[in-house]
Amino acid sequence: MSVSVTDLEELARRCRIEIVKMVYRAQAGHPGGSLSEIDLMAALYSASLRTRPDEPDWDDRDRFILSKGHASPGMYALLAEMGFIQHEDLHSYRVLGGICQGHVDMKWCPGVDFSAGSLGMGLSFGMGCALAARLDGSKRRAFVMLGDGEIQEGSIWEAAMAAAHHELGNLKVILDRNRIQNDDFCQQQMRMFDIPAKWKAFGWNVKEIDGHNMEEIIEGIQFLDDSNEGPSILIAHTVKGKGVSYMEDNPSFHGAAPNDEQYALAMKELGAIE
Amino acid sequence: MTRMAATRDGYGQALLELAENKRVVVLEADLGKSTKSLHFRKEHPERTISCGIGEQNMLLVAAGMASSGYIPFASTFAIFTERAFEQMRNGVARPNLAVHLCGSHGGTHTGTDGSSAQSIEDLAIYRTLPNVTVLHPCDDVSTRLLTKQLAKSDKPSYMRTARNKTPVLYDDVDEHTIQIGKGIELRKGNDVAIIACGVLVSEALKAADELGKKGIQATVIDMHTIKPLDTDLIDRVAARCGTIVTAEDHSVIGGLGGAVAEHLSASSGTPLERVGVKDRFGESGQANEMLELMELSSPHIVKAAQRAIQRK
Repeated sequence: MSVSVTDLEELARRCRIEIVKMVYRAQAGHPGGSLSEIDLMAALYSASLRTRPDEPDWDDRDRFILSKGHASPGMYALLAEMGFIQHEDLHSYRVLGGICQGHVDMKWCPGVDFSAGSLGMGLSFGMGCALAARLDGSKRRAFVMLGDGEIQEGSIWEAAMAAAHHELGNLKVILDRNRIQNDDFCQQQMRMFDIPAKWKAFGWNVKEIDGHNMEEIIEGIQFLDDSNEGPSILIAHTVKGKGVSYMEDNPSFHGAAPNDEQYALAMKELGAIE
Repeated sequence: MTRMAATRDGYGQALLELAENKRVVVLEADLGKSTKSLHFRKEHPERTISCGIGEQNMLLVAAGMASSGYIPFASTFAIFTERAFEQMRNGVARPNLAVHLCGSHGGTHTGTDGSSAQSIEDLAIYRTLPNVTVLHPCDDVSTRLLTKQLAKSDKPSYMRTARNKTPVLYDDVDEHTIQIGKGIELRKGNDVAIIACGVLVSEALKAADELGKKGIQATVIDMHTIKPLDTDLIDRVAARCGTIVTAEDHSVIGGLGGAVAEHLSASSGTPLERVGVKDRFGESGQANEMLELMELSSPHIVKAAQRAIQRK
């Protein structure tokens, strides 16, 4: 990998600023899960994902499926940084006619491979992309970003079983284990016990990392790149709302916008203003 | 002697004929022997995806493959497609991915498996989805031809087939007369128009024979496409006959009868009698017993036609 840890951290910081700006402007949206996923996605797009920003529908691109589609501000910020869309497009988030729909949508936004919004669907869709790649004899891969609350959906486990059955080595999952879902902490809503053991038992290759430590993230992505015997999952332990003090580990900011005062504080903490 | 066949066999045959197109793939949820996709699986195992007993996953695997340029045909029992309705809605119809879903064993005609297996609402629910074509052919020949046409469509579809055999109507037909979105006028009369789909098309023809003995000349239409509905044909027969009967092995709520009622209420206001399952569940019974119990068989269509004529 040729990208530096410092560059990736800086990329993620710029995305965090845009995430908070988007949610603040819209006075709606999901900052918490966008801030928890962004270090992982910044590294994946920079270090591994084979795409062409100037040709977003390139047939042989790797697919990236944001299954936790509410965390769209993170994806839009990154798509703007990578050149799929313009920074001005970020102003269209949740605005009538805008390409940045509330949940990521393949019919609206270049660089989006799946129309998400209903949890538990992206893994199955990614499995279809991986099967198609194999039938085509292509080396392209399907990456799927799942939320931890999301794996409470039963169909996730239909897909987990099926992907292992079909030995889809080109299917790679990142689990954003931020421990919070809409109403409360996952621990309160639905205990999930030993998550790595569950995926291992379903026949997956499993690795755990700190999802905010860029060196560990790079190692984790390398693990996904190198694991080609059966499907693989990188379980990334993250902090919901990471980077904005009052959002961190706070269930209230799963799906809520900051007020004026909170916005100013976030911009200061993220280094957007002196 | 009329040949008897089940529409699901027409589906299986069509998949085999479609196999020369290497983009066609088949997805199964452990019911390929029943839906008849098994013939494709035997010949082309590398293009057949077993999804186990997992319909929700199957629909979205198909969506992922469609987004990558494949033409997926996924099948299970009509009733079990319904547990993946939201996957069909959000993952297939909304992004307009050309996934072709076939629900076999639809309707009470399915018989002795009982009410848990008798889908009487599938046509209604899929008809509500934007982008989705909804089909319910009446014999194996039209099922085969319509399935092959679906492979050329750039939109998703739902097609209901039936488990049990019914009379074959189209053995000698010019294939071009069977087109998605075009109802087929099987009998032409001026007194009442019977618009039917699926297993009730042959019952409608029997009803027309009986009506003829009473001096009533009935039009009979095979409306194999529920959506998009052939409203031009409905308008023509409404103008000519002045009264209409719909007949389907499906709830009277929301299916063919519902679709025709929606159209007529917004156009000519022609009287309409709906033959269908009267907002109730079925039970175990032979196919012919079920059509009797649910008041779907030809004598009930005759009575509905007489009521419809009185309302002119």
